[in-house]
Amino acid sequence: MTTNMIAATDIVKILGDGAGRIEALKGINLSLAGGELTLLMGPSGSGKTTLLSVLGCMLSPTSGTVQIRGRSTTGLDSEELAGLRRDNVGFVFQSYHLFPTLTAAENVRLVLDVRGDRSPGTRLKAVAALATVGLSHKAHAFPRELSGGEQQRVAIARAIVGDASVILADEPTAALDSENGHAVMTVLAEIAKDPARALFIVTHDPRIMPFADRILRIEDGRIVSDQPGGGHIRAVRALKYAS
Amino acid sequence: MYGAMTLVLTLAFRNLFHDRVRLVATVVGIVFSIILVTVQLGVFLSFERMVTTMIDHAQADFWIVPSETKSFEESSFLTGSERLQALSISGVTAAVPVLVGYASWRKPNGGASTPVLVIGTPDASIGLQPWNVVEGSLRDLSMPEGVAIDRSYFEQLGIAQIGEHAEINNHKARVVAVTKGIRSFTTTPHVFASLERARAYLGAPPNKANFFIVRISPNADAELIRSRLASSLSGAEVLTSEQFRHRTRQFWLYDTGAGAALLGSAILGIIVGTIIVAQTLYSSTKDHLKEFATLRAIGSSYKYILKVILSQALLSAVIGFSIAAAIDLVLVEMTADAALPIIMTPALTLGLFMLTVTMCSIAAISAIRVVTRIDPVLVFAQ
Repeated sequence: MTTNMIAATDIVKILGDGAGRIEALKGINLSLAGGELTLLMGPSGSGKTTLLSVLGCMLSPTSGTVQIRGRSTTGLDSEELAGLRRDNVGFVFQSYHLFPTLTAAENVRLVLDVRGDRSPGTRLKAVAALATVGLSHKAHAFPRELSGGEQQRVAIARAIVGDASVILADEPTAALDSENGHAVMTVLAEIAKDPARALFIVTHDPRIMPFADRILRIEDGRIVSDQPGGGHIRAVRALKYAS
Repeated sequence: MYGAMTLVLTLAFRNLFHDRVRLVATVVGIVFSIILVTVQLGVFLSFERMVTTMIDHAQADFWIVPSETKSFEESSFLTGSERLQALSISGVTAAVPVLVGYASWRKPNGGASTPVLVIGTPDASIGLQPWNVVEGSLRDLSMPEGVAIDRSYFEQLGIAQIGEHAEINNHKARVVAVTKGIRSFTTTPHVFASLERARAYLGAPPNKANFFIVRISPNADAELIRSRLASSLSGAEVLTSEQFRHRTRQFWLYDTGAGAALLGSAILGIIVGTIIVAQTLYSSTKDHLKEFATLRAIGSSYKYILKVILSQALLSAVIGFSIAAAIDLVLVEMTADAALPIIMTPALTLGLFMLTVTMCSIAAISAIRVVTRIDPVLVFAQ
């Protein structure tokens, strides 16, 4: 049995006002289950990033509700929303957004540090997360010493180290060549098997569709299709991706 | 077992050292500011001490001074009857006259004139005598024309060695004693003489004096004596040494504006330093905005981000202060023999450190204002 990690109901988001007013999301209903890798695809300006921001508690919806593991975000102030992100959401960004002055292990440990977790085990947890993405040997490397794919895998380690129940990824392969993109998606697909975690990826990249359990399409602020992906044959399709 | 150290300091430290040019600009700003403040406050402290040097070295229980006397150097004459009135009060053991006045010192061999402050007291073991005598003897002040001057004024007074002659207000003077470290806070040297010699140099009428130093017996009720003495005098006041010090400081430091000028410069230094540090911290924060937005995105509280920025400010403060303090020590050493040396006390050093920390914390406000407006959505901007 799967559990809903995140649920969005009747989400409307209006950006700007006056002549610049845009209704970016027009009544989105969506839930993400644990153990599921969901892709959100759509053209530029369709509302992908806005939806990602709302699901990630960075933007509050104009109307509608978002619940993360049953807790509503309605009425929470920016600090409370930050707390909700801290405890439940992991992010993977297109540009990695690693701290250039911190090593890979420190970048990963940062998530635990902002939680106030300074227990002796945090270093081990960080290295374990790096091991999950195959980078334990690069724990002391600075981002400038890593390839783009390795940097993105460090970012993934940062997203999973705190046992987030939802991982939101924004174009995680966009800045990578196909080999590195495949490596990153393989790691993400492996992570998505955990039933305690939902993985939601916004992408333009059709090459990663084989990894998805579910594919949503968004156009003009509305989800226009919700189809099962090829997650059950991930391994096979992944080989095609590689080739 | 110890926990892992927070990454706040690591981030702050590495952000700071990541951009060396900006770090240098920040540190230079702090160093410049702190040295300026130290020099001004050090001179202020020095000035504060030096203006009361004569009062500090007088063995006085009380001072009888003309009414409205502003300082040791600026006073009119008492009538002279005050001495007898003082001695008539039970418990008063001595009332020693002191003459103080400006005169013109003509250098030996018909050289140019320079102003001096003549201080005359009776040849006695109590009262106000020159101290730190390194050549000659105080007893020699009772010799005809005998005066004592400080070695540091030899050149200014045209004196090469003890025993040389000069003129004070057209009266002969001979250097019979030399002191070390009795410096005036102005450029006017002090010249010590016997009361009678000083009276001649200054043209003071017999019996008149600028002050009387009053001594009382050890077991006497000081406040009672002071009160009786004050009520018996007209045209004169009775001050404790502390009151006289306070009045002298008030005159030289504040009434003349000298102290205000020094404090004003110190405040200017603080303002300049704050602005420089604020600018560099602000631009550093702007440069790291994406990182702060990322911190916010991964759920960091504002408090955590503020800690990073404040830690950067405090690290800058520690580095800047350490360099400034080292330079200050050199300045203190270099000015030790100057007319107005820079004084550094442990309290001033601690105060300056606290000031540096406060200055840098205030400077962080502009940077803090930037991060409190950070929108974590920035992380999706590219």
